Amino acid sequence: MSNPKNNIWSFFASVKLALFVLFLLATASIIGTVIPQNSPPEIYIKQYGANMARLFQILDISDMYNSWWFTSLLILLALNLTVCTIERLPNVWRLVVLDNLETETDRLAKMRPSRQIITAASPEAAAVKVRASLAEKGWKAKEKALADGLLLFAQKGPWTRLGVYVVHSSILIIFAGAMIGSYFGHKGSVMIPETRGTDTVYAFGTQEPIKLGFTVLCKRFTLSHYANGAPKEFRSDLAILEDGKEVRTKSIVVNDPLSYKGYTFYQSSYQSYEKFLITLTNNQTKATENFLVEPGKEVKWQGENISFGIINREMTETPMKFKYKIWFKDATGTAEPFWIADGDSTAVTRPGAEYSFALKEFFATGLQVTKDPGVWSVYIGCIVMLIGLMVAFFLSHQRIWVYITREEDGTSVLVSGNTNKNKPSFEKNFNAVSQGIDEKLKTLS
Amino acid sequence: MTSSQLLGISTIGYLLASALYIATLIFKTEKTGVTASLVTLLTFLAQTAGIGLRWYESYQMGHGHAPLSNMYESLVFFSWSIVIFYLILELKFNNRLIGAFAIPFAFISMAYASFGKGINQEIAPLIPALQSNWLIAHVITCFIGYAAFAVACGLGFMYLLKNSATEKADTGLISTLPALPVIDDIIHKTMIFGFLWLSAGIITGAIWANSAWGTYWSWDPKETWSLITWFIYAGTLHARFTRGWQGKRIAWLAIIGFLSVVFTYFGVNFLLSGLHSYGSN
Ligand code: HEM
Repeated sequence: MSNPKNNIWSFFASVKLALFVLFLLATASIIGTVIPQNSPPEIYIKQYGANMARLFQILDISDMYNSWWFTSLLILLALNLTVCTIERLPNVWRLVVLDNLETETDRLAKMRPSRQIITAASPEAAAVKVRASLAEKGWKAKEKALADGLLLFAQKGPWTRLGVYVVHSSILIIFAGAMIGSYFGHKGSVMIPETRGTDTVYAFGTQEPIKLGFTVLCKRFTLSHYANGAPKEFRSDLAILEDGKEVRTKSIVVNDPLSYKGYTFYQSSYQSYEKFLITLTNNQTKATENFLVEPGKEVKWQGENISFGIINREMTETPMKFKYKIWFKDATGTAEPFWIADGDSTAVTRPGAEYSFALKEFFATGLQVTKDPGVWSVYIGCIVMLIGLMVAFFLSHQRIWVYITREEDGTSVLVSGNTNKNKPSFEKNFNAVSQGIDEKLKTLS
Repeated sequence: MTSSQLLGISTIGYLLASALYIATLIFKTEKTGVTASLVTLLTFLAQTAGIGLRWYESYQMGHGHAPLSNMYESLVFFSWSIVIFYLILELKFNNRLIGAFAIPFAFISMAYASFGKGINQEIAPLIPALQSNWLIAHVITCFIGYAAFAVACGLGFMYLLKNSATEKADTGLISTLPALPVIDDIIHKTMIFGFLWLSAGIITGAIWANSAWGTYWSWDPKETWSLITWFIYAGTLHARFTRGWQGKRIAWLAIIGFLSVVFTYFGVNFLLSGLHSYGSN
């Protein structure tokens, strides 16, 4: 109580505070799952009344997980964790590197488990057997001659004592990643109509434009369905353009995004326009042109003296897929109307020329765009956490001492052990070792 | 035999096994205990076959996917995980009476899957967001954790029952239950196991979200509730490990923790709205 600095320090080092903060975080987190987040202010006034809405505004309830007080709780947890670690780690480290041959020998008999074996053999002969049985059971022993006998020591997993601290630091690594992401990252979205490109996306919430520094082009968007009509796949064929040159292409689907220069493009939605993208190519001259076509309207390709239009549609045998009836005319006259399914391409043969005719429904692809330079830190933290948890929960620091002393009527072999957790499994190991020593010593007498 | 027949049989099997385990607890008859274990094991095999067959059937329908994609399938898997976890416990601790506190959860889960309102049992094709191996990893890890927490909760009840009977010096009902410190120890180990898997479940979920939407964490209600659950168990572990909480308090925390699991699992779907709406059909 005397030193205020120590008081503050021990406040932040205490596990009581940790329990309290965990409890507060759990309780506070509930609020945001009950009260809708990021809704416009009117909604709160309507649902909770003007007074409550004002309180919500002060406490940032509409975006509570980013509010100053929730962030403070997280910082408090991180601080608690850091101080607690600084406080305890030196002691734990001392245990990890401790020279256990310095252990006071009168403590050995009091350890649980421990077992004393008396043999008629000489201490030197006994030591040989003890070394052999320890090695046989996989324990690497060190030894030291003491005034009244020989002390052997072997241990497994001293470093496992650090497991807890590995878990604790993993939380800090994850926090660091989250912070990097929120300060240096961007999250936005953009709608790109097929065949168009953009070098700007728009931030969530604020809608502020974010310049990418390159262009992302949507070449094609395809939507496919299961037989029952449920959506099966949203696919966008994207290309990245630098100075007008294509440098990357990738066909993205939900769960398989495209990354380029720190930005990642996720398939998130689409928009349909009741329009059709028709690509016409003259197979001889290789002249080609894209047309955006509304059903029922005549379209002209001036250069080739062609006009065409969509005049009807029908569902195909595949549910949710349409075919379209096309009317087509060139300089040599009007062709038979023909059917073409959405997404297909067909050849149109005329007396003087052959064209290929491709049709698909016209969409814009909705992309979510993020730049999160902290995500690696988060992932590393996650892996470190799982490893740390396994070490902390399932591995233990097991120690075995064997103290050999000359007694009046022979030799005493005192086997003692100790573990920091999981006693039953240690006792099994311990018994195997002491049993082995006992049996080997019996062969001597 | 279709998968839904096999899973229907499993529901009845777990009902029977629950009754037998509870009878063993009350009447202390060795024979019912052995029968209970046998029925559980056979039912478990039928259920495993049912899950496997459902998987196969989905391939025959042309959109094959692991049977872990909706509320019905997750309930079946939850029940399956509880049973395999319990069977290992029974073997390890050589005590059948835990079954009376664990197998009923497996039955309730199956019964709810079969008869619950608004639960669609059809094998449906996967919508695009669910077409990810991370989804499979996510569901498996979460539900192994949930299963462990369910068993820990059952053990919590067992502890409280034995404890109150001991206080009343009632030696009848509870003399065959494991000693209090033993139950306490199993509760702790079970919670540790669950915590590890829940952590893995939250992490795989975050990775999945990041690959589908570009945000590993968006504070959607289900995510948040899984974190609340995680905080509760983290708090429990610390209370025990560093402040020496034991016995009744930990038993209660095992029950409270599981209530939070149940809310994460069902409450969020029915009472709150969010990204995880997949679970609600
Ligand atoms: C959500 C955050 C946290 C997680 C996931 C976590 C995880 C763990 C785990 C797994 C253990 C080992 C328990 C066992 O072996 O049964 C542990 C122990 C411990 N934790 Fe935490 N912890 C968290 C926060 C904290 C905080 C904020 C403190 C600050 C005081 C703290 C202090 C301790 C202490 C003192 C131990 C015992 C270490 C020892 O063996 O000496 N923990 N923690």
